[in-house]
Amino acid sequence: MCNIKGGIDFSGLQQIIDKSDKKESSLIMILHETQNLYGYIPREAQGYIAQQLSIPASKVYGVVSFYSYFVDKPKGKYQVSVCMGTACYVKGAEDVLKRLEEELGIAFGETTEDLKFSIAQTRCLGDCSKAPVIMINDETYGMVTPDEVPLILNKYKEA
Amino acid sequence: MLNIKSLKELQKTTYNDLVKTLSDNSNIGIKEDGSFYLKGDYYEKQTRIALRNCGIIRPHFIEDSIATKAYIALANLLENNIPPTKVVDDIIESGLRGRGGAGFSTGKKWAEALKHDDTQKYVVCNADEGDPGAFMDRSILEQDPHSVLEGMAICGYAIGATKGYIYVRAEYPIAVQNLEIAIKQAKEKGLLGENILGTDFTFDIELRLGAGAFVCGEATALIESIEGHRGMPRNKIYRTAHKGLFQKPTVLNNVETLANVHMIMLNGVDWFKSIGTEKSTGTKVFSVVGKVREAGLVEVPMGTPLSYIIYDISGGIKDDKALKAVQTGGPSGGCIPANLMDTTTVDFESLERIGSIMGSGGMVVMDEDDCMVDIARFFMDFTVEESCGKCTPCRIGNQRILEILNRITKGDGTMEDIRTLKDLSNVIIETSLCGLGKAAPNPVVSTLHYFENEYIEHIQNKRCPAGVCKNLLTYVVMDNCIGCGICKLNCPVNCIDGERKEKHFIHIDKCIKCGTCFDKCPKNAITMK
Repeated sequence: MCNIKGGIDFSGLQQIIDKSDKKESSLIMILHETQNLYGYIPREAQGYIAQQLSIPASKVYGVVSFYSYFVDKPKGKYQVSVCMGTACYVKGAEDVLKRLEEELGIAFGETTEDLKFSIAQTRCLGDCSKAPVIMINDETYGMVTPDEVPLILNKYKEA
Repeated sequence: MLNIKSLKELQKTTYNDLVKTLSDNSNIGIKEDGSFYLKGDYYEKQTRIALRNCGIIRPHFIEDSIATKAYIALANLLENNIPPTKVVDDIIESGLRGRGGAGFSTGKKWAEALKHDDTQKYVVCNADEGDPGAFMDRSILEQDPHSVLEGMAICGYAIGATKGYIYVRAEYPIAVQNLEIAIKQAKEKGLLGENILGTDFTFDIELRLGAGAFVCGEATALIESIEGHRGMPRNKIYRTAHKGLFQKPTVLNNVETLANVHMIMLNGVDWFKSIGTEKSTGTKVFSVVGKVREAGLVEVPMGTPLSYIIYDISGGIKDDKALKAVQTGGPSGGCIPANLMDTTTVDFESLERIGSIMGSGGMVVMDEDDCMVDIARFFMDFTVEESCGKCTPCRIGNQRILEILNRITKGDGTMEDIRTLKDLSNVIIETSLCGLGKAAPNPVVSTLHYFENEYIEHIQNKRCPAGVCKNLLTYVVMDNCIGCGICKLNCPVNCIDGERKEKHFIHIDKCIKCGTCFDKCPKNAITMK
């Protein structure tokens, strides 16, 4: 069977599914790995998973759209998450987010045209003693002030 | 593969190794009973039971955990063939209550699951710590994962389960990684899996990752999520201990609860009961954050006064500002005003009496610069975003509350809104399906109770006393104005007056709050009030 459909290569996905027990209860773990593989969960992949697990595609889409961690559109190379937990909020996370939006020229939830940055709002990164916190991919920055935002971003712009 | 005897021998040798490794570390001391502690006032004023190993052992080395007696409590049960009913009775007797929020008796949950006979039972660890401003569980999972694994295994032994799941947030990548390593190491050593420590007891643990849904911290929603569905709470026809995961008897405990189990088994019920209050035994970990000098995790006996946590341990309020309120229990909790600090103690009963809850242990300290209406709005914004949408009161009611609060913080509120807020909150609390909905209006109810004046100030005088709600702020010129006239020159609506070299004045009725004067002033003499 051909594993390429709609321009997407499914051979990696097939491996993920084969590794699982192909039961519905593994769906969320499969989706996690799918997102790790493609960076997002393409519609086509959702259909493929549904077929392989013998469940309706609507069910897979229902799960993907329910959980905020899953995205079905491509994300930027660098995911900038601004923590909006209580501790960060009272210490000025909103101003940091505003500055970030200005610097990147995109709103929260969007991706820059060059697919380099996207801004996500996270509920709590659990680093409250360093509030306000932002995270770029897996790198965490604590006690961020709005004026530090451009300096932090520069590191990634050059990379 | 270890057996009971070799585990106990290994404990002795690894303990000696650990003493040697830590002897160079001036931050760690050894108590008379041989256990380790973190030095310094901040730590020594606490009673660290659930956090006993955090910051001391290396989480990637199972030997360090074994040195601190990990799995010895389990080994004792297996060695002496302690009947499961005895374990359950001990946990009931100890008075241990769930540390995730509701505070239900852990032993009673176990007893219920033991009672129902079935071919398969499950132990689930709720590590979906979602409360904003709380990170107790993250620290335990990252720094002492074996204490959670052992707690689950003991629970499995007590109720007759052979399989456990840990449902952990995907937002905690280090916790996930450390748990994976810990499970692998425990299996290699024969401390998890089939025939644990050479006995016929079998217990296996699998990880499940959450995917960013706050509601999955609710027991039945979490179970739905493990089964691969949208995380929507179930109608509670059966208790989860009767029909839970895959419709089998399931015990669902929080991380911190499980971390306590080992200590109760090892040190005895009476020891545990001697800590805390009569109805709330043991300790509780709080994540004290916000405007305190020293933010971090604080573990204290239940019944400790709030003022002790905030002033004696966490060093008081930053920049010597006045304490305004302490928010406990996350989005399901309430705000405790400053005048109740001395009389309020942290235990389940005391916090509930004053309209807040213990919750999972988030404690956000707020000072005079925080607006209580805005904080209530912040939490409602959170709840509306996180509501799963299954039941109407939560889905629509909370949305309406948020709209009203948005209105008030923009200066468009009416006095009628306050009554509507109270009525609506009652309806949502009474009629929502799950704990998230039932508790969602708590931040509004408690701020209305203690800070109604602030709401009225926003509505009647269109003023935000704390200076937070931007729409209600006005620009004013302060006394350090040198009268240079730059602001007057740049104001697009010509609403600034003043003679040269004299203090200028802004006509608030004409001001469009563009902020140009604020940006242009060379002396920073313009501020928002």
